[in-house]
Amino acid sequence: MSQAAIGGAATPAAPRKDKVETPFRRFVSEFAESKVAMFGLIVFSIIALIAILAPWIAPQNPYDLAQLDIMDGRMEPGTVGGAGFTYWLGTDDQGRDMLSGIMYGLRISLTVGAGSALIACLVGASLGLLAAYAGGRTDSAIMRLVDLQLSFPSILVALMILAFLGKGVMNVVIALVIVEWAYYARTVRGTALVERRREYIEAAQCLALPTHRIMFRHLLPNCLPPLIVIATMQVARAIALEATLSFLGLGVPITEPSLGLLIANGYEYMLSGKYWISFYPGIALLITIVSINLVGDQLRDVLNPRLKK
Amino acid sequence: MTVYLVRRLIQALFVVLAMSVIVFVGVYAIGDPVEILISPDADQIERERAVRALGLDLPLWQQYLVFLTNAVQGDLGRSFVFNEPALKLILQRMPATLELAFGAMFLSIIIGLPLGLYAGLRPNSPASKTIMAGSILGFSLPTFWVGLMLIMVFAVQLGWLPSTGRGETCSVLGFVGLTSCSSGTQWSFLTLNGLSHMAMPALNLALFKISLVIRLTRAGVRETMLMDYVKFARAKGLSPSRVTFVHVFKNILIPVVTVVGLELGSTIAFSVVTESVFAWPGMGKLIIDSINVLDRPVIVAYLMIIVLLFITINLVVDLTYSMLDPRVRLESKA
Repeated sequence: MSQAAIGGAATPAAPRKDKVETPFRRFVSEFAESKVAMFGLIVFSIIALIAILAPWIAPQNPYDLAQLDIMDGRMEPGTVGGAGFTYWLGTDDQGRDMLSGIMYGLRISLTVGAGSALIACLVGASLGLLAAYAGGRTDSAIMRLVDLQLSFPSILVALMILAFLGKGVMNVVIALVIVEWAYYARTVRGTALVERRREYIEAAQCLALPTHRIMFRHLLPNCLPPLIVIATMQVARAIALEATLSFLGLGVPITEPSLGLLIANGYEYMLSGKYWISFYPGIALLITIVSINLVGDQLRDVLNPRLKK
Repeated sequence: MTVYLVRRLIQALFVVLAMSVIVFVGVYAIGDPVEILISPDADQIERERAVRALGLDLPLWQQYLVFLTNAVQGDLGRSFVFNEPALKLILQRMPATLELAFGAMFLSIIIGLPLGLYAGLRPNSPASKTIMAGSILGFSLPTFWVGLMLIMVFAVQLGWLPSTGRGETCSVLGFVGLTSCSSGTQWSFLTLNGLSHMAMPALNLALFKISLVIRLTRAGVRETMLMDYVKFARAKGLSPSRVTFVHVFKNILIPVVTVVGLELGSTIAFSVVTESVFAWPGMGKLIIDSINVLDRPVIVAYLMIIVLLFITINLVVDLTYSMLDPRVRLESKA
């Protein structure tokens, strides 16, 4: 992995042999110490696989109208539909198989969540690095913006942006990026402020390396551990926030239903006791968020130097 | 202290100005201002006349000044849907939201504190582990989905509580003066029926805070139990309950109450979700409905009010915090 290579580049070159304990190997073995975290990782991998493979493994393509039968609408979990196949998790009002719907919904939820977290990470980390490295006015300008934004709850900021931009997958991603970048910027700046006073940065400056090279090749790799932790947690937060926004009708459009929108669709049938339309997508959402958080918790423990034995 | 206060007020004013620019640019420049201010079925000539009458042919900064002048005078436009001043509309809904938010805060303290205290005093008992696992769930569960599940269990299957709405309200003379625009503020928590409507939404909104209070209390108790004064109190032969409730409890109360106070703002913000689930007629439901029908004057008014509300809360929290904890220095070097 890149981490091992980076670790090798930053610390004076340790000869690389296969059985030697590299930082990456140590990291993996420490992570595996927690059974709960490993369980979370396995569950999340399965969820990610389901999301990626949905078009091939889902029993039905929920958006192909030819495959739907309106007569099968709102069937209870486990009933056999008109076409002779079993709806294990029931059907929604259009006669869509909920299991397939959830698989396709996971795709959208995960794409939006991971995509926005990644973009926010790029933007936030760059600005945080810049703030720490440049200092002075640049630093205080960026950090003022971060403080201002973090004084408002994320849902409110997202709500405001979507009120300006309107619905749409891209708009949700933009809103989530704007909500999240500040967390990355603050984290990276904190670490980078400590790191930039180290000798290796001084050495790089003496070599007259270009600033961007020092920032991204020398400073950034050493700020990675807290960044990885916060990125993991932010993916879970982004997925939850996207679901909430979609539930409120401000998120993804009806043509690309995420888990949140599936839950919202079941809202009106809830009162007549047809729980499964909302219940199962919620369970899928819950499992996704909890598994990511379990992994994130363990990452935080492993990567935090203060907790080192 | 005065210098600090004045500096904070100037800062707050600056933030309000900055936010008004953002909201203005967001709604008036990105969106089509004509669409916001003129009914959509007006014809071309009417539109042009209105554009000139409303000063929309002016440069953007002049338009902003007009917007700002009106806003300072309390005129944030009229709602298309209700045909009432947007500000009045929001202030009418505000008591419902505040009631829900305070109800949630109350629940989070009366449920969270005892559970956290127990988990802190007996960290290894199975009950404590259950409490802590529950608090992790409280952090991870999506609020809106929990709300739906509450409705399903308590309203649909058990039929104990009403599913949506606010129920009977009752006005109390003492509270009338609280919001200047409404003729008489209605409160739910004063009638039994209102309380039964409030129970589920308040619990739903409180869920996240309960988890937070449990974790804070538990961490506080575990830290405080190791302090010398607790050891001394024990050595003195005081009863365990006296040590717990007088020596430990008092000391953890300050950080817990501060954090809960800090969370008031986010509770009000998150009530957007809870109000939508339970059809609670507060500000949050209003803003979601307004966004869905593009009632933009209401959107602008809501955003400006919520910004003001947040800045006030942050200011009050900062001041209270520095009063409660003398270690927080007021004169920052910046």
